[in-house]
Amino acid sequence: MTWRHFFTSSIGKKFTMAFTGLFLITFLIVHASINACIFLNDGGATFNAFAHFMSHNWIVRFLELGLFGGLIVHIIQGLLLWKQNGSSRPVAYHVNQPSKNSKWYSRSMGILGTLLLLFLIMHLNHFYIGTKIALYSGDQPHNLYIEMQELFSSNLIVGLYIAGVIALFWHLYHGFQSALQTLGIHHKRYTPIIKMAGTGYAVIICTLFALMPLAFYFHWIS
Amino acid sequence: MEHYLMNLTLKVWRQKNNQAKGKLETYQVKDISSEMSFLEMFDVLNEQLIVEGKEPIAFDHDCREGICGMCSMYINGQAHGPWQQNTTCQLHMRAFKDGDTIVVEPWRSGAFPVVKDLVVDRSSFDRIIQAGGFISVNTGNAVDANAMPIDKKDADNAFMAAACIGCGACVATCKNGSAMLFVGAKVSQLALLPQGAPERESRVLNMVAQMDKEGFGNCTNTYACEAECPKGISVANIARLNSEFLLAGLSTEEK
Ligand code: SF4
Ligand code: FES
Repeated sequence: MTWRHFFTSSIGKKFTMAFTGLFLITFLIVHASINACIFLNDGGATFNAFAHFMSHNWIVRFLELGLFGGLIVHIIQGLLLWKQNGSSRPVAYHVNQPSKNSKWYSRSMGILGTLLLLFLIMHLNHFYIGTKIALYSGDQPHNLYIEMQELFSSNLIVGLYIAGVIALFWHLYHGFQSALQTLGIHHKRYTPIIKMAGTGYAVIICTLFALMPLAFYFHWIS
Repeated sequence: MEHYLMNLTLKVWRQKNNQAKGKLETYQVKDISSEMSFLEMFDVLNEQLIVEGKEPIAFDHDCREGICGMCSMYINGQAHGPWQQNTTCQLHMRAFKDGDTIVVEPWRSGAFPVVKDLVVDRSSFDRIIQAGGFISVNTGNAVDANAMPIDKKDADNAFMAAACIGCGACVATCKNGSAMLFVGAKVSQLALLPQGAPERESRVLNMVAQMDKEGFGNCTNTYACEAECPKGISVANIARLNSEFLLAGLSTEEK
């Protein structure tokens, strides 16, 4: 079994999805924690300080390359698997009742992931690109907090962000325990704990993310 | 359970051969006993078709007692019909009521081509077994079964995995057409026992390679297979397949 065989085999592809997925899961913890600084209600001082650090520290910038690498691999591999899995049943059933044997979100990782990809394009366009332009044009220090405040005064944007968070919730809810199952971890004693941890993780991360646009929109923070 | 008779409308997939385009045909059956098995109801229908001078419906069956795995029918959108942990031959007509319409289709998977009507070719499973689902033993007298001590837990898990009857309901059910529950069971039943140790690594690598070659899809852990498996094979076997593959794949010396 060469490396190429390993990573192009069905299980190898699943490992790639699981590893990159778990990596993105850890990234979201960092992302949500830093963003949660807006709730300190100090006019964004702490948050902006963190944002400045994240965009200027060279170690973070280096890690960011890894993040984008992982993200791109997760997206491309996911889309390829979706396509391949779809073609393994050339003739569809006339009558099928998948709801009798599985949960809708476990069957919808492809569509949820695609929604997240669309969300991500919008999200990077809103925050990442602006930050980078400010970084390289070198004038005014970039005030990300003010930018969030402006953006999240729009009904449409807040609605889209909440929709994005809902898609993220179901993706994580299935993805966390699915990644560990793929890595071969299935145990009478630990699997229920893993499932609980995954649910807790998805609930906490998504609640934090959802509260951000809402907090600005309803002026819970000034 | 009270006995009753019922009249039913059946919509059955008819397909002349592998190349032909199939379609659902509608049939009526009368006075079906609630104590008949689903296959006996099909026998009644087939006799009726023969009397009418029509071609009977081809369907697979052998033991009719839930152990051979032949009776592949996708009934009203579920593999082997509405009952849990059950094969088609063990599905009884009391699962239905008078006036019901029942849709019966063959397993649908690119790796299980339709031979005729409801009969599919599952030899892709045989080729996966040939690739590694065996152990090597010396010829001569059979060894005393109890000569080799085996942990009770491992013996039980191996036995539960060995309950797989190779029916293919897992593939038929899976939205990805994945065969990983079947392959997981077949790898596990040998990997858990000392007799399976010599070929442990090559077995999982070769069986997975063959599974991929046959065109089965990739598992996304929906666990629909476990829910529909007539023998209740656990998805723990898929996790074991994954970890066996990971360890074997990483420890080979090929570059
Ligand atoms: S794992 Fe279950 S559903 Fe799949 S082939 Fe074996 S017995 Fe049938
Ligand atoms: S005919 Fe043998 S399991 Fe149904």
